[in-house]
Amino acid sequence: MLRAAPALTLALFLAPIAAGLIGTLAPAFGILPALGRTTTSLDPWRTLLAAPGLLTSLTLTAAVGFAATLLSFALACGFCAWTANSPAVRRLERALAPLLATPHVAVAVGFAFLVAPSGWIARIVSPELTGWDRPPALVTVRDPAGLSLIAGLVLKEVPYLVLMMLAASSQGAARPLLAAARAMGYAPATAWAKVVLPALYRQIRLPVYAVLAFSLSTVEVGLILGPGNPPPLSVLALRWYQAPDLALTFPAAAASVLQLLLVAAAILVWRGGERLARILARPWCAGGVRRGGAAPLLAGAGVLALLSGALGFLSLAGLVLWSFTAEWRYPDALPGRWSLAPWQRFGGSTAPLANTLLVGALASLAAVALALACLENEARRRLRPGTQALWLLYLPLLVPQIAFLFGAQAALVRLRLDATLAAVVWAHLLFVLPYVFLSLADPYRALDPRFARIAAGLGSTPARVFWRVKLPILLRPVLVALAVGFAVSVGLYLPTLFAGAGRVATLTTEAVTLSSGADRRVVAVTVALQAALPLLAYGLALGLPALLHRNRAALR
Amino acid sequence: MSEALDLAGVSVAFSGRTLVPPLSFRVEPGEVVTVMGPSGSGKSTLLAFIGGFLDRAFTAEGSVRVGLQDITRLAPERRRVGILFQDDLLFPHLSVSENLAFGLPPGGSRSERRHRADEALREAGLAGFAERDPATLSGGQRARVALLRTLLAEPRALLLDEPFGKLDRALKAEIRAFVFAHARARRLPTLLVTHDPDDAEAAGGRVIELR
Amino acid sequence: MRLPTLLALGLTALASLAHASLVQASLAHAAETRPWAEIAGRAKGQTVYWNAWGGDDRNNAYIAWVGEEVKKRYGVTLTHVKLADTAEAVTRVLAEKNAGRGEGGTVDLIWLNGANLASMKAGGLLHGPFTEALPNFKLVDTAGKPSTVIDFTLPVDGMASPWLMAQVVFVYDGARSKPADLPHSIPAMLEWSKRNPGRLTHPAVSNFLGATFLKQALSELAPDPAALQREATDAAFAAAAAPLFAWYDALRPTLWREGRDFPESGPAMRQLLADGEIDLMISFNPAEAVLGSANGLLPDTARATSLEKGTIGNTSFVAIPFNAANKEGAMVVANFLLEPEAQARAQDPTVIGLLTVLDPMRLPAGDKARFEAPLPPGMPRAEELGQPLLEPHPSWMTRLTAEWQRRYQR
Repeated sequence: MLRAAPALTLALFLAPIAAGLIGTLAPAFGILPALGRTTTSLDPWRTLLAAPGLLTSLTLTAAVGFAATLLSFALACGFCAWTANSPAVRRLERALAPLLATPHVAVAVGFAFLVAPSGWIARIVSPELTGWDRPPALVTVRDPAGLSLIAGLVLKEVPYLVLMMLAASSQGAARPLLAAARAMGYAPATAWAKVVLPALYRQIRLPVYAVLAFSLSTVEVGLILGPGNPPPLSVLALRWYQAPDLALTFPAAAASVLQLLLVAAAILVWRGGERLARILARPWCAGGVRRGGAAPLLAGAGVLALLSGALGFLSLAGLVLWSFTAEWRYPDALPGRWSLAPWQRFGGSTAPLANTLLVGALASLAAVALALACLENEARRRLRPGTQALWLLYLPLLVPQIAFLFGAQAALVRLRLDATLAAVVWAHLLFVLPYVFLSLADPYRALDPRFARIAAGLGSTPARVFWRVKLPILLRPVLVALAVGFAVSVGLYLPTLFAGAGRVATLTTEAVTLSSGADRRVVAVTVALQAALPLLAYGLALGLPALLHRNRAALR
Repeated sequence: MSEALDLAGVSVAFSGRTLVPPLSFRVEPGEVVTVMGPSGSGKSTLLAFIGGFLDRAFTAEGSVRVGLQDITRLAPERRRVGILFQDDLLFPHLSVSENLAFGLPPGGSRSERRHRADEALREAGLAGFAERDPATLSGGQRARVALLRTLLAEPRALLLDEPFGKLDRALKAEIRAFVFAHARARRLPTLLVTHDPDDAEAAGGRVIELR
Repeated sequence: MRLPTLLALGLTALASLAHASLVQASLAHAAETRPWAEIAGRAKGQTVYWNAWGGDDRNNAYIAWVGEEVKKRYGVTLTHVKLADTAEAVTRVLAEKNAGRGEGGTVDLIWLNGANLASMKAGGLLHGPFTEALPNFKLVDTAGKPSTVIDFTLPVDGMASPWLMAQVVFVYDGARSKPADLPHSIPAMLEWSKRNPGRLTHPAVSNFLGATFLKQALSELAPDPAALQREATDAAFAAAAAPLFAWYDALRPTLWREGRDFPESGPAMRQLLADGEIDLMISFNPAEAVLGSANGLLPDTARATSLEKGTIGNTSFVAIPFNAANKEGAMVVANFLLEPEAQARAQDPTVIGLLTVLDPMRLPAGDKARFEAPLPPGMPRAEELGQPLLEPHPSWMTRLTAEWQRRYQR
């Protein structure tokens, strides 16, 4: 049973993705029997390539993807170099949770309101300081170069990469290394870059790829912060999918395939960059320079990271204000009339809240169970974790959602599973499991194997060792993994929509549907709940072990 | 009742390189045999083989018997071979008495089990520690609880993997005496691996050198 | 194993399998001939999933009210599946047809019109004709409101039941713009925008309202308006579109963001008006200003105005997918939407504000009175709105969108 765990996990994963890709590839090459097309054709590609502005779309998409990833990585490095060397700043790490827990859409909506010409910043400084009694004709969001899109992505990805860096197991070993390097006269940030970063990078490589893939293929954030004429590639594909003319499904599918190719190519380019960086970094590390340009650069990046964190919080704060607003006209710095009405109106429909809780709980429980089964199997059979398995696990995060969800929906329909709770939970599992596995794997593998040996020496069966020794000791990481999974599930939009046939409404589908009506107040309420639920889950994950283990100093 | 621990032609190799040369020896009940050698000489690997925890990357030959029973192919939990490491490895989520009760064979009422744990603590000079969090104990106290836990599981042999390595000099002598006294009192065949000649001397038994 | 290799392996393995199961089910479409009593009888106890755009609170509240009423009166449970875009539901029905699911579909009723209706009808994705079976259909003013049976120049053929009438208006903030300064024709709009640069925009033309902005201008500028009612040929399009694009070339640099970017949707544009980034916007709902002020999306001073030569109007329909699991319940809902009580409620500018498809004059006195509520100040008067202009043939919208993208999307 346990032996089948890795195979079962991968099957749950790969089947929908493979089915989904087929369902997208077929129409990309002209096959869609429902529309009476059963022969292959290159017409979808001709339509796609002839689309006006496609080249601009592609360059924009690639530039945004690389710029957002590089910036997020640099800022995360700056922040980690800083906290690794000064324990006082480390307290800021706790402030990551709200930003991590809030879905991309929420941060994007809030950020757009913050920096728009009629946005909060302009409202605060106008008209007294600027003389803008009407919003200025500045292009601060949805700019053609994609700068606001990049900024919006960086806001969300920096906390994620920082968390991944902090979680990387080499972090514990970093302190003595840092101390040794500083004792040899290296500046703190230089020491971090030369002795900690190289090993650290190897561990956060896949998360970095996930950031790259997401930045290249985001639909939700692109719709809110990306330019519209022409839009990023994924938005272009979505517009075609949503066009009333069903024949546009074909170029939409071709664009999705192109999106997939773009992500694959970008990852290859990034790997090439890694190789180059390694060649250049070795002599730099061994060069002996104690305080070079790296230190001020990293310090600058650290400050920018703080700034991006502050912008993230301001974005959320603006939304919270909106959720208590009756009316808030430009250029008032605060709402002109306050009201509880946005919250009261939500009180009438609790089904989305209940669905969010149920789907989130089931998906994260299933993910934790599968992850534990795989890890326990690995421990019992004394297997060494391979990197291939990790690649597979990361597949749902690397393959653009738009490239396989349409096809996956068709597969669910064929199996008569669409519109069921099971289908939604399954779809969520695809995206929840990678995060759960990553958050659980390190603490699980780091658990001293001698605990299990001692217990076996005391006559305990492997099952008893698992339930009575390992699980209780790992209670906190297990609960944190549950919370991480729950948070991911709460934020999922496209998977919920496609698997649930729209019938399983969650807070996120409500938020996106309502934001198509662009009522900031209603969106704000939904988004505030979206952020609050994962925070609550994190709170429980940290609070429960403290309560249950209140008399156990080593586990608090 | 007491049985000897027998090793016959035990050798361990790692990717073609021999780590532990073929060894054959017998540890009599109540005897402490010491295996000495520098770091990386395969001492701990030998104990892992006897305890049944050898990593798959290693290839091992030979057999291990306790009394008349060949335990070479048994699952670790069925060998009834107690082991002590350099760290006490008390389960951090259980109290001192729960740690001891974890070692006790199943059966008996809750109060009986509780009584046996208390009794063991009292004999070891740790009366009143039953409800304590192991994390609040001193190093010497923890080492003693770890041994008690192992002994309460009624092992047929005892493996000691540098169990005194982390203790300071004064404590080391005390704990050594405590462990050896208990092992002898129960007539357990005991195998100690260490790189500290003082340990070997204190054990007072045969010494096998690994290189 | 690297990512590409893996994908290739998975795909080749499953490709043949998938192809085999893509066998199309052939489906016969039959007219609805059962008597209403039988339909209503079978509808009892059914749960109807109505897929309708869910971006507007008031609209959602109206649909919820419909749900309460049909539950009370006919024992039909109504669930509103809220869509961000109607195409989501069309795609879903398509996916179900693709999978060979001829019955037990997940969509029972769709709110649609125009291209969505045309492509579902042409794709054989609809149940019917069924409107003749609805007792209330005879109340529909098909003569006075031809768009209730001819949608975007295409005959509906009873495959969809009319619900509400929409008509283009232009919304502004009375606190910022004086009614006397506002444009009341397409050429005047250009002059207005030159005087007020950056204060006018329209949604992206991939959005139906963005395309409607172009169609509205085309209706006024086309040398031969009658040509718009026929399928567009290359020659007809070239002739009709030339003055439109000459006008638009002059207009574009004066638009918000100099016409380089456009809001993604109508509501996003409404947010710009509320935030004061623009001063004038197109809307398909004559009650947009009233509704917007009522629920705080627009300032209380928001007003609507129209054009002298008239504006485009069309009809919203509800249709039933060919494989709907609860067709009878869906028909009961479609019939209820045509009840004078339901129509009058929807026309109330504080509820939805879209105009009725019925002819109130032909109703009995009691029902007629329901339609005689006084108009709030934000509503354009009926004589100002005038008789709606007909929507052009769908091919015009397709060509307009493509031509716009060819010219301006770089």
